[in-house]
Amino acid sequence: MLDLASPAPHDPRMISFILRRVFQSILVLLIVGLVAFSMFTFVGDPIDNMLGQERTDADIARLRAQLGLDQPFPVQYFRFLENAVQGNFGISYRQGRPVADILLERAPATLELAFVSGFLAIFFGIVLGVFTALRRGTVAANAVMTISLIGVSLPTFLIGILLIYVFSVELDLLPSFGRGDTVNLGWWSTGFLTWSGLKALILPSITLGLYQMTLIMRLVRTEMLEVLRQDYIRFARARGLRDRAIHFRHALKNTLVPVITVTGLQLGSIIAFAIITETVFQWPGVGLLFINAIQFVDIPVMAAYLMLISVMFVAINLIVDLLYFAIDPRLRT
Amino acid sequence: MTEMPVDRPDVIPPSRLRRAWDSDFAWSFRHSPVAMVSAFFTALLVLSAVFAPLLATTNPYDPASLNLMNGFTAPGTPNAFTGESFLMGTDDQGRDVFSTILYGMRISLFVGFAAVLLAMLIGVTLGLVAGYRGGWVETLIMRTADVQLTFPAILVAMLIFGIAKGVTPVEYRDQMAIWVLILAIGLSDWVQFARVVRGATLVERKKEYVQAAQLIGRSGFAITFRHILPNVLSPVLVIATISLALAIIAEATLSFLGVGAPPTQPSLGTLIRIGQGFLFSGEWWILFFPAVTLLVLALSVNLLGDWLRDALNPRMR
Amino acid sequence: MERFDMPDTLLTIDDLTVAFPTRRGLFEAVKHAALTVEPGEIHGLVGESGAGKSTIGAAIMGLLEGNGHIAGGTVSFRGEQISGRDSAAMRRLRGKTISMIFQDPLTSLNPLFTVGEQLTETIQEHLGLSEREAAQRAEELLTRVGIPDPKTRLDQYPHQFSGGMRQRVVIALALCSEPDVIIADEPTTALDVAIQKQILELIRDLTTERQVGVILITHDMGVIAETTDRVTVMYMGEVVESGPTAQVLGHPEHAYTKSLIAAVPRPEVKVRRFPQISYGGRETTFNIADLARNWPTIKPKDGPLIEARNLTKRFLEKGSLIPSMRRYFTAVDDVSFDIQPGEVFGLVGESGSGKSTIARMIAGLYDLDEGEVLYEGTRVSGADAQTVLDYRRDIQMIFQDPYSSLNPRHRVDHIVAEPALHLGMIPKAEVGARVAELLDKVGLGAEAGMKYPHEFSGGQRQRISIARALATQPRFLICDEPTSALDVSIQAQILNILKDLQEHLGLTMLFISHDLPVVRQMCDRVGVLKDGKLIELAETETLFADPQTEYTRELLRLMPKTDLLSKDGLADAV
Repeated sequence: MLDLASPAPHDPRMISFILRRVFQSILVLLIVGLVAFSMFTFVGDPIDNMLGQERTDADIARLRAQLGLDQPFPVQYFRFLENAVQGNFGISYRQGRPVADILLERAPATLELAFVSGFLAIFFGIVLGVFTALRRGTVAANAVMTISLIGVSLPTFLIGILLIYVFSVELDLLPSFGRGDTVNLGWWSTGFLTWSGLKALILPSITLGLYQMTLIMRLVRTEMLEVLRQDYIRFARARGLRDRAIHFRHALKNTLVPVITVTGLQLGSIIAFAIITETVFQWPGVGLLFINAIQFVDIPVMAAYLMLISVMFVAINLIVDLLYFAIDPRLRT
Repeated sequence: MTEMPVDRPDVIPPSRLRRAWDSDFAWSFRHSPVAMVSAFFTALLVLSAVFAPLLATTNPYDPASLNLMNGFTAPGTPNAFTGESFLMGTDDQGRDVFSTILYGMRISLFVGFAAVLLAMLIGVTLGLVAGYRGGWVETLIMRTADVQLTFPAILVAMLIFGIAKGVTPVEYRDQMAIWVLILAIGLSDWVQFARVVRGATLVERKKEYVQAAQLIGRSGFAITFRHILPNVLSPVLVIATISLALAIIAEATLSFLGVGAPPTQPSLGTLIRIGQGFLFSGEWWILFFPAVTLLVLALSVNLLGDWLRDALNPRMR
Repeated sequence: MERFDMPDTLLTIDDLTVAFPTRRGLFEAVKHAALTVEPGEIHGLVGESGAGKSTIGAAIMGLLEGNGHIAGGTVSFRGEQISGRDSAAMRRLRGKTISMIFQDPLTSLNPLFTVGEQLTETIQEHLGLSEREAAQRAEELLTRVGIPDPKTRLDQYPHQFSGGMRQRVVIALALCSEPDVIIADEPTTALDVAIQKQILELIRDLTTERQVGVILITHDMGVIAETTDRVTVMYMGEVVESGPTAQVLGHPEHAYTKSLIAAVPRPEVKVRRFPQISYGGRETTFNIADLARNWPTIKPKDGPLIEARNLTKRFLEKGSLIPSMRRYFTAVDDVSFDIQPGEVFGLVGESGSGKSTIARMIAGLYDLDEGEVLYEGTRVSGADAQTVLDYRRDIQMIFQDPYSSLNPRHRVDHIVAEPALHLGMIPKAEVGARVAELLDKVGLGAEAGMKYPHEFSGGQRQRISIARALATQPRFLICDEPTSALDVSIQAQILNILKDLQEHLGLTMLFISHDLPVVRQMCDRVGVLKDGKLIELAETETLFADPQTEYTRELLRLMPKTDLLSKDGLADAV
């Protein structure tokens, strides 16, 4: 009946948990790599794509050997992984430049946009979610909930067009496309340091963040209402604790446990949804690159984008898992 | 707990219809203005899409019925050359916007319903099997779901679209586009169904009615589909409704990005893509009406799903 | 109603009515209830589900759920009315003056905060002590409620405590602010009997020591008899009887109290049938004897009907890819017994003792890791399809939870007919008549077949379960805790039906229960299980009179004492 198990500071379970997660992440990357590689192999003929109309059989054979296409499938896959790890994703069919160079030059634009909208989404999502849960049934909370449903139903691209119409076309306050002026910091070009760069960020980041914000907000609200129904909250009330302590100490922490997982996934989708926002605002990031690649069946770019984005997702998920571990003692012991 | 007196022959059991009307579910519907309004709009839009050929003034796909002279007619005002008047105006080629919306909605709704049906079939079946069978089957299905869930549905749909586009010969691409869209959106969305159905199946599997069926030797197939399936349908209905809204939006998004329905078969998304080009030159109606239609459609379905979730969730009562 | 308050009466409830608006009008969960609590006394509040006893507790605390509200009457503390105060005033009262203990210690504690954090927070809120003083006090409280090594325990999280220890923490939390009144809502229902006894003793000691007044809400007459000074009996929201415990239980005046007490299974005496004292139109007729006319009489072969040999079942506790890393938990460990034709064989044990697992192994729901099950001398575990089919046609099962044992999406006639149809035991044409007859005989009426399970109460659902089991005309019936989810008066009805089945149809039964008095009433022979092992097996009378193992003696000692209860209606004791 007595269970005196005390938590060790460096529990081996924690190490095994992390190891398992890392192992799973690598597995995910290998599978995504396989998908990306299969695209190379089975979708269209790279030779067709790379050589023009005037080609000889000798040209084709030379290129096949050069690209290693005469090797068996597993060898090719291994080569592909080897190259991918070294950041070598081949040459864009369309632009004729190394894919890695194109991605690197475009990545800062997308990451800055994703960072700002992610922050907006999480901050306002949690604040509004807690507000609507605690003030359930009031006019203000109902209004926020109704607007949020419109937010969920409004496709991202329409929000973008709407914002452009109001703030660029009618009011002429903010730019409707592009990043504005950027400052080059070595290999990273940032829009944070110029006035026009910051102005250019406003509309795209609202567009991108709004949908995620409504999702996070609705999730926080649902979870919080669920937590507020729990026995330990009733017991906390029965002990006469103040509402402030009950809501923001007991309830909020329990709400955040499930919210963290989903928010991690949401952050991942911000990078993917950036494709839409970047198209609407002609934002020169990797998303715009990807959508153009799909239209022109530029397989190396598609594959590289897929790999890049999965590395980011896996990293985010790993961080989320560790956060989970930090916040929930039940996992630690 | 009180025992109800049931063995009284003088009490005639109410009819099926009467009981359905009296049920908590119907009661909740009758007392939710939001549910009724959104159900009305959903029904209105779906019906007008189904009967588009009867309602539309022109067939936008029939070049013979088009008059280029009618191009850019503003809503409600007669055209300067032909004197014809259009409720929602015309686009650059003189097509009646109202008619293109009706036909566009057909594509949007067809893709949406078909994609959700596909996702539901795959997801519910895999979820049931994973939940009831357990073991390596479950591990395989759920790990696949986890990996796919790591990637947002819209991205998966784009990839599937891209790959399908790569393997289809150029001359068939436009014809195949609609089916590719359905496949792409459907395959990107099955995970939601599978996860929820598996979760519900795990709960149901432990219930004693399942053991009562096992006791008399009913097969795993019969238990899964006859006993468990009817009990996991409530959450499936909720997800299907919300998925329908998401699928309609996903289709519109893909079409807007130019990787969906082709201009020869324009959906609402394609119409918005076309209309966007004229927004800055003042022809707002070409964008405005398809956009509003899309919003009303998605919002109605979403509101309906939101209400369903509350009405079917026993804890909320 | 006239009241004569003693000068130091802590809590007075007068003419209290609590109402919940629903779509079908105002529902009064409590109607004109009155009771008082004195310092140092435990006042029991007893009743079956739906009696409104928990609602009274929530109303006192101002914690009514949803849109419930006090529609009439008052709650007063030391003569001052506290009902109807605003929420800020109620909050100041809660904890400081009146505290509460909930049923399930697992869900009463916040999983993300250490026990120490939850204690010091509450202490500081009410007593205004410094962090260090509060921690000191928290340690003293843990010591007082009997938690060893409190210094270490303060830094631990709730999930690191066992169920009983967790309920001690909950009690410590309720004591933090030195309240005058504690409301304990089914504080031991989720616990095993041994732990239940300790927790009740702790509550008893604290009541005397600190002179607090306790309202103990429970459905269990045994708990009332052993723990309380005074008792109030509730039925359908109304107080039907109130007074000193010995008087109310020993000489009940109200018909409902009488029927309730008569329905409690006694460990000390075996009755042929439970007395049915009709109250509030709850009597339902059933006529099992009629079924005997069409019941096939099969002369049993010599020897036991069921032989369980060396049954062993292991469950995977921790999975791993490497087989040697897997950890197993042995739920059933080398258990053997025989069941003779026409006998009721009981298996008894605490939760986790493996009794339900054995029932499922014999029913063929679980594969056996080791051992075998023989039916009339033929091995049925792992046998060929025909043998298994024959076995299935002869056995049936009644499950524990009437709310989960009937498929909610199937109609009742379909549920009752399914086993007989699937096993091909009655022609399709006759199914309707058979189902109608069975539903009629178990007291539901033939038209019950047209409805769905949710339209029936728990007791009625258990009758449907019995009808389903009888449809195949089985020879062997497995009853897995068939009444543990039911109120005591409904339990008496169901047990009577089972007794009739045995008497008129000559059914052989395996009866699983954690409740020794019930086992005493039902079984011919009993096996006692502990940690998956069968440690004692004897005739019921012998086991109760002369237990052979220390564990069985302990189980018998822990049984709630029912000496106080009136013996009325127990005349036909055997």
